[in-house]
Parts: sequence; C-alpha cells; structure tokens
Amino acid sequence: MKLVVNGADVEVSDGINVTQLLVERRVKMPDMVSVELNETVLQRAEFETTRLREGDRVELLYFMGGGRGTDTV
Amino acid sequence: MELTLSDEQIDRYSRHIILENVGVNGQQTLLASKVLIIGAGGLGAPASLYLAAAGVGTLGLVDADQVDVSNLQRQVIHHTADIGRDKVVSAANKLRAINPDVTVHALHMRVDASNILDLIKDYDFVIDGTDNFPTKFLINDACVLGNKPFSHAGILRFDGQLMTVRPGASACYRCVFNAPPPPKAVPSCSQAGVLGAVAGVIGSLQATEALKFLLGLDGLLTDTLLVWNAQHMDFRKVKLKRNPRCAVCGENPTITSLHDEVAAVCDITGKAR
Repeated sequence: MKLVVNGADVEVSDGINVTQLLVERRVKMPDMVSVELNETVLQRAEFETTRLREGDRVELLYFMGGGRGTDTV
Repeated sequence: MELTLSDEQIDRYSRHIILENVGVNGQQTLLASKVLIIGAGGLGAPASLYLAAAGVGTLGLVDADQVDVSNLQRQVIHHTADIGRDKVVSAANKLRAINPDVTVHALHMRVDASNILDLIKDYDFVIDGTDNFPTKFLINDACVLGNKPFSHAGILRFDGQLMTVRPGASACYRCVFNAPPPPKAVPSCSQAGVLGAVAGVIGSLQATEALKFLLGLDGLLTDTLLVWNAQHMDFRKVKLKRNPRCAVCGENPTITSLHDEVAAVCDITGKAR
C-alpha cells in the first residue's frame, strides 16, 4: 500500500503497524523517533497497536539534542 | 514609547529602521526587550551574537561550562584565547564588544528544576540552546508552567530542527516528543557529531524567531516543526497541533511541578561514563 512518509510517497507492506513501518523504513534507533500519524502524535505504546491504512500521512520526527550526548548545558 | 534613539543608534540600526516591519518603533521595542539564552554553545553562540547586534536591550546567558578546544569548531562566540574561561564570561565579552547598548547578564550556573522558573520569569522570550534531552524537557515544562514563549532547537550531524512555542496557544515540545528518550538510546558520542555550520544556521533561525516574536510579527514557527537536512538542502515544515494528551499542556496534565531527570553522559572517546 502507499503511504506518505515525511512528505514522500512510499510503498510499504499492506496492513502493517507503526512498529513494522519503522523496521521497513530501516529506522536504526526507533527509540529516537516520535511518530505523527495524520497530524496526531502517537504515544510510544500505540506503535504496536496502530495499523496503517492506504494514504496515511506519517511523519517520523527525530529527537535532536546538540550533537554530542552529554548532560552539560 | 518614551525612549528616543540617539544619532549613533539611528546609524547603528539603520538597516532595521528602514524595514517596513521594524522602523523606529520596532527598534525601540527591541531595545526594551529581554531574551534569556540557555546554553552558550553551538546554538546559543549565533543566537546571542545576532540578538546583541540587533539591539535586544537585555540578554541573559546561562551556562555552567568552560570553553574547551573542541567547542571552537562551531561555538563561534568563543575564541582560541578563551579556552578554559567560563563560557558565559567569554560570550558576554563578545556581546558587549559588538554592542554597548546591550546589558548582558552572565549567569555561570546549571539550570535545574529548583532555579529555572525564577531564571525565566523576568524575560520576554527564552532560547533553548542546550544539547541534551532532560534539559530540553525541563525548559519546555518550565516555559509552559511559567507561560513563557520559547524557541526549541536541536542539531545532529547534518540535520537540524526548530519550533517556537507559545504556551497554551500552540503545540509544546512535549506535545510532539512526549518524554526524553531512554538514555541508552541516545546516540553515543562516537555516532553523533555535528557540522559546525549547521549549528550556525539553526541558532540564527532561533534569533530570527525571537526577533519576530518581540516585534509582534506574523509567521512564527508555532504549531510547526521546521526540519532541515543540510546535505540535501531540504527544509520541510511539519504541521503540528496541540496534543490533548500532553503531560504538561494537555487536558489532564500530570506534570504540575518540575523535577530533574538523569541524563546519559559520555566522554571524548565516545564511551559512556
């Protein structure tokens, strides 16, 4: 089925859930992504239970800090 | 407004004054405005330099670190001779040298849950120039609870992101990102890194948002996450909306006071310590 992921048309397996989408899109660090589906942000616990449908608009939004992982301000 | 501009100020700010959206009144507004910049690093450097040059009358700078040689690749406010100096002292010297109109408060301290509300309360706008998630969430929550507009930004490798938050009126950082990622998931130092110029672009965009807000201009990046990839030169605006389930600004908030969270730490070798 076709989805729009981060503004681009992509073809993914029919009926997959959000967790499976992250695998198909080869997202290396799924913990570092927030997912917006049709302009609604999902809770992490919903990734597994949310099935995607043809034409859904998905935004994979990455956590970005300051390029170095320390706790300094 | 009572303030009048001196001849020197009319010259200094002439390129602002001739802008239709700024003018003498707008420049006077900037001179009477106060912005707090948390983090005098990759983002805070360009943000504070442009705000000082623009004549924002009061700038607060908060940072607990000293300048390290590894900062100089992107933190353009610090010079080689500043290595070892407190970042806020190094930065304040440059800001005062650029523009004597600006009062700079150099605050050598770490922001935490016990001090942040007091820190932000006297400012009109806050810039999050920090590099770690616990502090980013703390700044968000404090600005929501303290009803203080702010600019969020993050950078990683060749990517950057930016959003402006008007608490209670637009989506907040937590509406979008829920909670800090588990520390073990945060890219290790060896995987991270950032192109210095990416920090320059995103920090300059934060200054631009602050100036737009202070001047009351339309088109703020509210309810929008600007996402930029420098390699593909691809800017995208992702539409956002307030999340009714947001833990701090949603319908049934669970965060009604502030607390500190523990961050992952790593050293120059890229190993966690």
